[in-house]
Amino acid sequence: MPAILLNPHRTWLILVIATAATFWVRADGLVGITAGAATLAIAAIKGRLVILDFMELRHAPNPWRSVISGWLMLVTVLLMVVYAFGPSLLAGVAKP
Amino acid sequence: MPVELTAPASAESKSVLRLPGDPDIWFLIFAELMTFGMFFVAYVGYRALEVDLFNESQLSLDRTLGVINTLFLLTSSWAVVTAIESARKNQVKAVPRYLALAIALGVGFMVIKYFEYSAKFAVGISLTTNTFFNFYFALTMIHLVHVIGGTIVLIVLWSNARDGKYHAGNTRGLETGASFWHMVDLLWIFLFPLLYLLR
Repeated sequence: MPAILLNPHRTWLILVIATAATFWVRADGLVGITAGAATLAIAAIKGRLVILDFMELRHAPNPWRSVISGWLMLVTVLLMVVYAFGPSLLAGVAKP
Repeated sequence: MPVELTAPASAESKSVLRLPGDPDIWFLIFAELMTFGMFFVAYVGYRALEVDLFNESQLSLDRTLGVINTLFLLTSSWAVVTAIESARKNQVKAVPRYLALAIALGVGFMVIKYFEYSAKFAVGISLTTNTFFNFYFALTMIHLVHVIGGTIVLIVLWSNARDGKYHAGNTRGLETGASFWHMVDLLWIFLFPLLYLLR
């Protein structure tokens, strides 16, 4: 197999394509909250690839692999929830 | 004797679980990730209070420069990964070459940030302009400090690598610095879409 298709070189290629995809989503691909959710989802996928293939946690023992992967999952879920529901939930709160 | 039995533990030996670098760096990385994680969620929370202001302010950011910086950090991380791969294969002379590429891309990130900040200051936009720019400047400046620190670490690694210090029998220091650098990349992977793209 050509070297470019092997980890972590393949990972780099996927990350570049994912970055381009984010740009497309924002430029004219999707609108509104769907675009925001897609943007965050792409960031999460990129983050996972960096954690597993660049940081090499794919072959790391627990708890480290779970702790860092767990951080990514927690942050992604919190960002999605606050992004999607924050504006309506906080509508009555006085602006700072 | 079969090569498999004498080869050092590496990412290639899938059955062996191994944490790269000095375990202490992972405590620092975890602390940094938690801190930035709170910043990210705070940003989205404050955005929820002033969605229109955030969306309008965001339009003044240069997305193209943001994308270029994203590609710089991704490629820099890849170069560091390839430097470690070269060390594990005992291709000792390739190690400083890949590290030099990683350093150049780190410096490229700083240069672009300098132009971005200058363009904002030139039109009177600063940290105190509004809540969006509070976050924009505070978060990117804290991140930039990490880019600068990480690049200094890479320069130390490059200097050691030029002396042939990193090979299959010694990748620990290289892996420790690399793990920090990948964290800087990981943080930007979130900062870029949050600040430049999320509407």
